[in-house]
Amino acid sequence: MTEELIIAGFGGQGVLSMGKILAYSGIMQDQEVSWMPSYGPEMRGGTANVTVIVSDERVSSPVLNEFDSAIILNQQSMDKFEEQVKPGGVLLYDPNGIINPPTRKDINIYTIEGSKLSREMGNTKTFNMIVFGAYLKIKPVVKLENVVLGLKKSLNERYHHLIPLNEDAIKMGQENVVSILEL
Amino acid sequence: MAEVKLMKGNEAFAEAAIRVGADAYFGYPITPQSEVIEYLMTAQPHLTTGMVVLQAESEVAAINMVYGAAGAGKKVLTSSSSPGISLKLEGISYMAGAELPAVILNVVRGGPGLGTIQPSQADYFQAVKGGGHGDYKMLVLAPSSVQEMADFVEDAFDAAFKYRNPVMILSDGVIGQMMEKVIFKEQKDRWTEKELIEINGSWATTGKTPDRERNVITSLDLDSHKMELHNHKLQAKYKQMEEEEVRYEEFMCDDADYIMVAYGSSARIAQKTLNKARAKGIKVGLLRPITLFPYPTKVIHKYTERGVKGFLSVEMSAGQMVEDVRLAVNGKAKVEHFGRNGGIIPSPTEVLDALENQIIK
Repeated sequence: MTEELIIAGFGGQGVLSMGKILAYSGIMQDQEVSWMPSYGPEMRGGTANVTVIVSDERVSSPVLNEFDSAIILNQQSMDKFEEQVKPGGVLLYDPNGIINPPTRKDINIYTIEGSKLSREMGNTKTFNMIVFGAYLKIKPVVKLENVVLGLKKSLNERYHHLIPLNEDAIKMGQENVVSILEL
Repeated sequence: MAEVKLMKGNEAFAEAAIRVGADAYFGYPITPQSEVIEYLMTAQPHLTTGMVVLQAESEVAAINMVYGAAGAGKKVLTSSSSPGISLKLEGISYMAGAELPAVILNVVRGGPGLGTIQPSQADYFQAVKGGGHGDYKMLVLAPSSVQEMADFVEDAFDAAFKYRNPVMILSDGVIGQMMEKVIFKEQKDRWTEKELIEINGSWATTGKTPDRERNVITSLDLDSHKMELHNHKLQAKYKQMEEEEVRYEEFMCDDADYIMVAYGSSARIAQKTLNKARAKGIKVGLLRPITLFPYPTKVIHKYTERGVKGFLSVEMSAGQMVEDVRLAVNGKAKVEHFGRNGGIIPSPTEVLDALENQIIK
């Protein structure tokens, strides 16, 4: 199994930390991982993206131009990465702020109302974990118990009391993912 | 078993520097390697191992602090990225001349000039062919994973003290910024003053005792005959490095008709290209030089004797390492370069296209 994923959105949405939690979760189940962030001018312009690879084998290139899955959280990233999803791959996005939805017919497309649901949960910081939950529902590359272990590893201990909230957010995402196009 | 950590390459380098028992780090922040000094400042090793971590007022100051500490026989490191390394070159040449051991990390970004903060490999010539003035060489190690960013710190110190010569770890923005699994070795103690004198007392400025002559650290000798002899001594060291220190890794080279040559992050990209090419039935291999000086010239030459038809050098530059591949191949097969410049990272499919169009066609 090899999963090549791009997560792309605005800085502050938790894009990089979502990737880090996935990478840590992969380590918890003894897989090979890589996490490669954008750190260049696009980051300074407000957008952020990270390429995460989780694999049973040694990871070759940490930098890719085609992906098994894409999690898209703003229009700029949709414009850039929709075409980089491999045919038959997965595109998951939050419709909030997306003016031009994806048009491809050769990929599986899903939505998750992450922004709306995080407001309903009363804590907008749960946004990235809701989206992550939706992704895990579509692509269960890591087990939930390993995600919890991954959270423990990637979060500072003083935030460990928030882990149950993160678990709730993941479940919220798993329950609310909407299928737009399934091949 | 040692704990598996998820870390950036820059952070792994910094943690390894503490664990290897280094005495000091002097540096100045610059993207994409600022995590090195950030990590060291946060870790505060002066409270545990006693390692000194200092942000100097400039790169020039930092390399001269390294010169001073190395002259006293200490294990000392510095790190920077391309424009900062240019500033350090005078000091590096002086250290090569004065035969001082030190470890220097370059997390290369696009140039020339201030260039860009994105990854590049355009400092190959600077690292391998000199950079600073005079006939000197550095042993150059090129990590292609976060684990190697950690492991090469100890390897670099071993070579630096074996040869009394600066050693460069030539990395790039991809390897510095990416996170991967890394396992560290156990914490080593720093040398005690007594151990340091035992190991380096024959040359380092450890304090003169009545039973020996002064140890003098200098790169200057106005007597040209003496300076020529000194140059011969340096060249003999570089020759010994060529005989004893060549390191490389081969992927599917045994039956290959074509070979890609790539180091650092380009080698990772080329691995992906290799998988794609093999799936199409193209018999291609990958040679990853781990030491860039000394270069695996003999290995490449052997491929030509075996009848390899073509070589593609893949680097994030306009074509620098390709010159060393050409020298090794010596006209016996086709050699081409593929690369991107200015901070653009080539994709595995682009490299495959280059292989098919520039080499195989």
